[in-house]
Amino acid sequence: MPSDTTAGHIASYGKLTAVWLCLLILTGLTVLITRMDLGGYKVVGALTIACTKAGLVIAFFMHMRYEGRLLRGLLFLALITLALYMGLTFVDVLYRGLP
Amino acid sequence: MTTAPPDNFWNDTGRTGISSWIFSTDHKRIGLLYFYSVLTFFLVGVALGLLLRIELMAPGRTIMGPQTYNALFTVHGVVMIFLFILPGFPGAFGNLVMPIQIGARDVAFPRLNLFSWWLYLAGAVIILVSLFTGGGAPDTGWTFYVPFSTRTGTNVSLAVVGVFILGFSAILTGVNFVTTIHRLRAEGMTWTRLPLFTWSLYATAWVQILATPILAITLVLIFSERVLGTGLFDPSRGGDPIMFQHLFWIYSHPAVYIMILPAMGIISDIIPVFSRKPIFGYKMIAFSSLAIAAAGSLVWGHHMFTSGMSDNAVLVFSFLTFIVAIPSAIKVFNWVSTLYKGSISLEAPMLFALSFILLFSIGGLTGLILGAAATDVHVHDTHFVVGHFHYVMFGGTGFAFFAAMHYWLPKFYGRTYSQRGAIVAWALMFVGFNVLYFSMKVLGMKGMPRRYYDYLPEFTTLNLVSTIGSWILAIGLLIMLMNLFRGLFRGTPFTGNPWGGATLEWSIPTPPPTENFIEEPVVTHGPYDFTGTGRP
Repeated sequence: MPSDTTAGHIASYGKLTAVWLCLLILTGLTVLITRMDLGGYKVVGALTIACTKAGLVIAFFMHMRYEGRLLRGLLFLALITLALYMGLTFVDVLYRGLP
Repeated sequence: MTTAPPDNFWNDTGRTGISSWIFSTDHKRIGLLYFYSVLTFFLVGVALGLLLRIELMAPGRTIMGPQTYNALFTVHGVVMIFLFILPGFPGAFGNLVMPIQIGARDVAFPRLNLFSWWLYLAGAVIILVSLFTGGGAPDTGWTFYVPFSTRTGTNVSLAVVGVFILGFSAILTGVNFVTTIHRLRAEGMTWTRLPLFTWSLYATAWVQILATPILAITLVLIFSERVLGTGLFDPSRGGDPIMFQHLFWIYSHPAVYIMILPAMGIISDIIPVFSRKPIFGYKMIAFSSLAIAAAGSLVWGHHMFTSGMSDNAVLVFSFLTFIVAIPSAIKVFNWVSTLYKGSISLEAPMLFALSFILLFSIGGLTGLILGAAATDVHVHDTHFVVGHFHYVMFGGTGFAFFAAMHYWLPKFYGRTYSQRGAIVAWALMFVGFNVLYFSMKVLGMKGMPRRYYDYLPEFTTLNLVSTIGSWILAIGLLIMLMNLFRGLFRGTPFTGNPWGGATLEWSIPTPPPTENFIEEPVVTHGPYDFTGTGRP
């Protein structure tokens, strides 16, 4: 299956519904952490939840979970790049104004 | 257009006139569309640069007022970067040569390829319209820094829409090239037999795919600041102006590698051909392209050392910047090692390639002065930065572009230019370039700021010298273009493999057939194995 790009994968309704429910719960969690006093780490929390949600969408709704190693590797490269961009930006944002 | 026989891509499309070009999905025709488009905008950028240098020839007003000066340096930057140098190599020579180099009939998505040229054209038209509508030409500099870009009355909104569209053109080209290089290589064209120009395009394509969306987001944010007043970069409303600089440079520093990596690729192809030696350290040059693309994507903060960014970030970005010097130096040492004991032939493409090595090295080493936080504070936003940038981008990518023009265009036109004319032009350009930009480096070290309309009297002499350099460079450029195009349209026939190249484009008829190869190629040797290529 993995390298066959012409055949589609049909996920069960149960699985798709479970993923959808997870997305709803994570959305609720995003709202909740805005009311907590986490300082600069609030953004880290929000981004972690957002990344998890994006991961679920990519894996199940966009079928990446059923793709071959090459495509998954290429996507992983993009995600790592994005994580590095955000991480290095935080090296500034979290420490700005400190002695 | 050419007197070549009918079985080549010039006269084998089934369409006639301009529609045979602007609706063609042939990668060679799209490559030429890109080539003439970027060359046109390059000449516009040159004209604007010459006007800026005339204004700076003497203190005070020379030929324009301060607002016009601000608009001209902005448009010079936007045109040169977004309309010439970024799409130049991938769009023009990447399209022309890469599919042939890997033994393919075309790119993986020919229609998408044509669409990306149309997007480029649409973006360019919108930028041109922005100059004459709204509040007039943007005056922010090509960096669109907030808060000025969100408050200026000039037409920044439309200009960023144009650049946004150009970004999508670049992403589509990147996706096309990565897919093509992965999927369409001929039998026997293993990864270690890929020509180094193709390797560099592969690394570049990844940067185009991964970094360009960040530019798109950033431009959308400027647009929303201006139109909706969202306050994302406004501290009085909880925003962060330095965040704009992060977002802008997350794209725009890797963009420098979109500009320079393919140039390094063409140099890696030309040096062995004109030295009659296999390239020294093939694998290291190939992997150093990937290393430059990867490391170069993580160093954007060195543009922000004086912005008020945290000291921790200054330390981290300064350290990372020095890491990029390693793969860059690997390339330079390997080119020089290839030249060592080679049978060097100083024809026009080689002269431009050799100039690239020197000028890029000067630009790269002065980059380290800017990458070190302590010295950067001294020369930040001075003419030193302008000199450094032009040494890398014009002395590097620009000269490599001219090398590629002299190396590959005769192959596609079936006619060639006068070597003597090309060498005279090269000599003038090399001298003019150094007079123009080295003066800027000295001016910067003495403290002359960049983007200032006026300057102190002690900077007068060097500014005059720099302006004279720009005229020498322009004369050389004019001679080069006249000689080259006269040769391509009316010069002596160019057939076979006169340079003695070993990459696949030199194994097919001149000009290339519509589908590139008469028979499916089977690759049995490396790209720099010159055995039997016909040149002593």
